[in-house]
Amino acid sequence: MTSRMIFSGFGGQGVLVLGEIVATIAMNKGKKVTWMPSYGPEMRGGTANCSVIVSDKVIGSPIVQADIDILCAMNGASVDKFLPKVKPGGLVLVNSSIATKKIQRNDVDVVEIDATNIAGKVGSLRVANMVMLAGFLKKTDLFTLDDITDVLKQRFKGARSQDLIPLNIKAIEYGMEE
Amino acid sequence: MKVLMKGNIALSEAAIQAGCTAFFGYPITPQNEIPEYMSAKMEPAGGVFIQAESEVGAINMVYGAAAAGARTMTTSSSPGMALKQEGISYLCGANLPCVIVNVARCGPGLGGILPGQSDYFQATRGGGNGDYYTPVYAPSTVQECWDLVFHSFDIADKYRTPVMILLDGMLGQMMEPVETKVHPRLNVDKPWATNGNAASRPRNAITSLSLFGEVLEAMNLERFKVYEEIAKKEVMVENTVKDGDTVAIVAYGAPSRIVVNAIDELKEEGINAGLIRPITLWPYPGDIFLNLPSSVNHILVAELSMGQMVEDVRLAVNGKYPVHFYGRTGGVVFEPIEIANKVREILGKPTKEIESKIESKTATQDENLRGGI
Repeated sequence: MTSRMIFSGFGGQGVLVLGEIVATIAMNKGKKVTWMPSYGPEMRGGTANCSVIVSDKVIGSPIVQADIDILCAMNGASVDKFLPKVKPGGLVLVNSSIATKKIQRNDVDVVEIDATNIAGKVGSLRVANMVMLAGFLKKTDLFTLDDITDVLKQRFKGARSQDLIPLNIKAIEYGMEE
Repeated sequence: MKVLMKGNIALSEAAIQAGCTAFFGYPITPQNEIPEYMSAKMEPAGGVFIQAESEVGAINMVYGAAAAGARTMTTSSSPGMALKQEGISYLCGANLPCVIVNVARCGPGLGGILPGQSDYFQATRGGGNGDYYTPVYAPSTVQECWDLVFHSFDIADKYRTPVMILLDGMLGQMMEPVETKVHPRLNVDKPWATNGNAASRPRNAITSLSLFGEVLEAMNLERFKVYEEIAKKEVMVENTVKDGDTVAIVAYGAPSRIVVNAIDELKEEGINAGLIRPITLWPYPGDIFLNLPSSVNHILVAELSMGQMVEDVRLAVNGKYPVHFYGRTGGVVFEPIEIANKVREILGKPTKEIESKIESKTATQDENLRGGI
């Protein structure tokens, strides 16, 4: 099986890291993965996105331009840009705090997540990307909360950054409750 | 254990693990992760990192470090590589081993920072003066970036030559799992090195200069004997063309992965094609074209350029097959369907509609203009 994903949003929302976390989890589970950023003259506040492919077989091109299985869109521009490229039956996770327009397709599975507002309630807008992971936990069987925790432990190794793990987990749990 | 890493990071960490103790660089996208990583990691590993004043400075620092016997590396991207060409010519003239990485972007001139393969001529023919070649390796996965760094340092030391690793920004920027295996190092004595042991041995002098015709000619002939040996022993190629395939598609580096998708797409409609992926661009794996299955009727070359490697393919094929070309430039990366359509067109089958993000004209060469098939 192959899952082709796009993580997209404003630069600074953490979409590249979010894609990297999902790719790392898949790698830890023995899958073939690729992560490819839209690299260009990017800047904070501009747009950013990355392609992630998770597969059981060898992956050819790392670029996801069409036939998207999962779109994780953290702002309205990302919905406009990538929604038409989502496969019928695909999954669309939308940060509804910012992307407020109604999704104009009824052949895809849409999950609206109030990510930025939930992140605010948890205590830091910077964990809005983690709230989006709740959508994956609800709608896919790609990974569990424990798998995410393992990767966060790998990423936040230092004594000071260890404190960030509970914040991130709390963000995902709040997202699950919504 | 596998680690998820960018191509640029794999190149950097592998160099340290391969015993590179002297790194010299200058910033340029899309290879900036390399000097960034090296600036943090070289000193703790017991090595030297210098951000040079320019690319020209960096390549000449490599000359110095190589002359002193160190395993040394510099990295840059296309316009920066253009600046290094004089230094590379001197390194070849002085028979100095080193590893030079080009994470290529698109050109000419300042061009753009998106991926490109239009430095093929620069890499394989040499942009500097004089008769010289450098072995050129073209990885297509992040794992291969890792592995080929170890190999490149060995080849450089073994044959006393600069070795180039040529990839594009796509591979430099993408992440894949890497088995971070430390390959055993080929240990080569360097009795020629200018390492300050003058009292214990005759004086060593390293130079590319010789004002006497016969002497310089003898040096060049000697060097070309080494090139002949490299061409005989060091060719690397991946070949998936099998009996029953009608088209052999030739592509190298990350874009060859897109060709793999195209081959899968064609297979679904009963068109059989295989991939020839040169891993060494010099020496070129030309012999592969002499022993293709009899089912092959066409060769298609796909590059992110206006057509550079296609010339090596034509030289190797020598009229035995029609050689077709498909390329995109300017940082536009072809999609699998574009390659599949080119194959359909070659075989006289209907092509499929492309819902592309960029509806620009393709850069298919005018084959008649370029000498044709």
